[in-house]
Amino acid sequence: MSEFSLDPYVDRYASRTLEITASEVRALFAVASRPEVISLAGGMPYTAAVPFEALERLCEELLTDRGPAALQYTGGQGEPALRERLCEIMAEEHITAHPEDVVVTAGSQQALDLLARIFCDPGDVVLAEAPSYTGALSAFSQYQIQVVHLPMDGDGLRVDALVPAVKDLRARGKRVKFLYTVPNFHNPAGVSLALERRGALLETTASLGVLVVEDNPYGLLGFDGQILPALRSIDPGNVIYLGTISKILAPGLRIGWVLAPPPIREKLIMVKGAADLCSPAFNQLLTELFFRRYPWRDLVKEYRGIYRERMEAMVSSLGEHMPEGTRWTVPKGGFFVWVVLPDGLDAKKILPRAISARVAYVPGTGFFADGQGRNALRLCYSLPPPERIREGVRRLAGVVREELALYRALIGGGAP
Amino acid sequence: MSFHVAVLSGGLSLEREVSLHSGRRVAEGLAERGHEVSEFDVDERLIRQLRSGDFDLAYLCLHGRPGEDGTIQGMLDLLGLPYTGPGALASHLAFDKPLAKAALAREGVATPDSLTISVMAFREMGAAALLDQAVARLGLPLVVKPARGGSSLGLRIVGEASGLPAALIGAFAYDNRVLLERFVTGVEVAIAVREGLDGSPEALLPVEIVPREGAYDFNARYSIGATEFFIPARIDPDATAACTEAAMASHRVLNCADLSRTDLIVDGQGKPWVLEVNTCPGMTETSLVPLSAEAAGIEFPDLVDGVVKRALARRST
Repeated sequence: MSEFSLDPYVDRYASRTLEITASEVRALFAVASRPEVISLAGGMPYTAAVPFEALERLCEELLTDRGPAALQYTGGQGEPALRERLCEIMAEEHITAHPEDVVVTAGSQQALDLLARIFCDPGDVVLAEAPSYTGALSAFSQYQIQVVHLPMDGDGLRVDALVPAVKDLRARGKRVKFLYTVPNFHNPAGVSLALERRGALLETTASLGVLVVEDNPYGLLGFDGQILPALRSIDPGNVIYLGTISKILAPGLRIGWVLAPPPIREKLIMVKGAADLCSPAFNQLLTELFFRRYPWRDLVKEYRGIYRERMEAMVSSLGEHMPEGTRWTVPKGGFFVWVVLPDGLDAKKILPRAISARVAYVPGTGFFADGQGRNALRLCYSLPPPERIREGVRRLAGVVREELALYRALIGGGAP
Repeated sequence: MSFHVAVLSGGLSLEREVSLHSGRRVAEGLAERGHEVSEFDVDERLIRQLRSGDFDLAYLCLHGRPGEDGTIQGMLDLLGLPYTGPGALASHLAFDKPLAKAALAREGVATPDSLTISVMAFREMGAAALLDQAVARLGLPLVVKPARGGSSLGLRIVGEASGLPAALIGAFAYDNRVLLERFVTGVEVAIAVREGLDGSPEALLPVEIVPREGAYDFNARYSIGATEFFIPARIDPDATAACTEAAMASHRVLNCADLSRTDLIVDGQGKPWVLEVNTCPGMTETSLVPLSAEAAGIEFPDLVDGVVKRALARRST
């Protein structure tokens, strides 16, 4: 008799690695990547709008003038010239920043990983909105962080929930390390933190001694062009700011950054170096050239127009097709609509039915660390053209109606 | 002897990911044995591609619909291209769990008592009121699974009657018919049956499946390290013989071809109960057939090479 294990290394993994498992949802998403399926799932920018000819010229110039440097290792903190450009981008959101305080990362996702690494021991608490960005939750889970969700409403995070939550956690001996928040055009909720709440949020967190990690990928993508002041612009001492070019240029370059108070910046530089030595010099220098030479504000404006049209297609189709009892947010910017299905429906259970009907979304539970969000789902309108969005929503509505009829027949008592 | 083989995988099946993994691995194995291999992610171009490709054989690594249910087999028959596994009708029958169970039972192969309910019965005929009777007949816990489909997708084990409606809703998302099956407590076993070049079937050693926690569901199947396997299964010789006989009978009754996998539970009395028969078993790194072949000293490339040769020999007889 012999025991067969498919993975001969299984007894050697760290305990946190064993928690990573296959999932039905991930397997179903393999189908969603096929062109027959209208994917309203992944939050992918419309990169077809990138000015490729301009980029091509800049690439050529970079390789001709500075080829060896562009293909060399570079400093762990990031190219100094790029950090200056990034400060110019942040100035759009009223942030006064010094390039010395910026650390370039592989998208904001790496910044989340690095921050979790330098701040959190297993069991430490990070506060986050309910729901919260799924990529942040997965970065935090790698460090066995306990995420505690705070409620939101149409004006963003409910600041009044902060004090009781933190007091309760501390009374139970928990260490609350920071608040992770997406204040603008929230992923996945689609709402923004109201201007009048921003000051209160910062006062409350400062008085509680809780740091704020402000993740701001969508701040410049307000449909009416209005830009709310970043939290970092109000309280530089207690806010760690995460920026990215993923939504204003393209995610394929993997350029993000952290703006942090100097002591934290120093730690970040060290762990960043340990993680990957440096972000790619070529991508950094190309990005720097782009933001120096190209009228990038025009590109942002173009993106705003594209996304606004798509959001309108989505929201109007939802109104037209979804069954009574369905609610959704109407975003003023960003990529996402958060849909709450009629009571009792389970968006994760419906997913196979939706995929069979050739439409995909992300079930709400993926945006919570604690199992909430069963009857919610996230729709993303950034990638498909408006007519595909309308067709996708129409398919989704059909699926939800079928499920609702089944639910009523099985659980809700009697026929629909 | 080497052949030009089209490996078909992927498609729009809900088991696409598993299928792609199977296809990749099969293609590598066949290439290692000197075959010329072309891989296809099945889409609307398929027939045109196959027609223009001068292939000797299609190796089907399609799990779920429309690869395992007879659809593609019917198309390939029409095209005149030989393929691995059984024909359209046999595929259709084996893929449909209620039909397959009935066919097996008729031939004396034990399979747990079950009921099949369609979504229409609930939506149009108030079948919800019958769930109490279903529970009374099958007992608790009971197993809820889509009538068609593999990889344990949509499978739930229901411990209390109150959990049944939610489990049904989960399973109906995968198929419009659902099987309620008596839960048999015992040792979970899978047996591969492999045909020799002359068509004589041979059963490989039973694989015992022990999930580290909970049921052998999708996560346990495809998370490396989540399940332990024992080869041969830790059951007594009589039970092993009975299991082997049940797997051989299942292969025969359902007209399987080349290679099949029968999943069974051996109860406390050593009696095997057939749960389902796979005509196109998974070939991924975590799949059971390659594992049992390996335990029998059959290397993976030889396993798939054998399937190719048997499938072609079958056509020429």
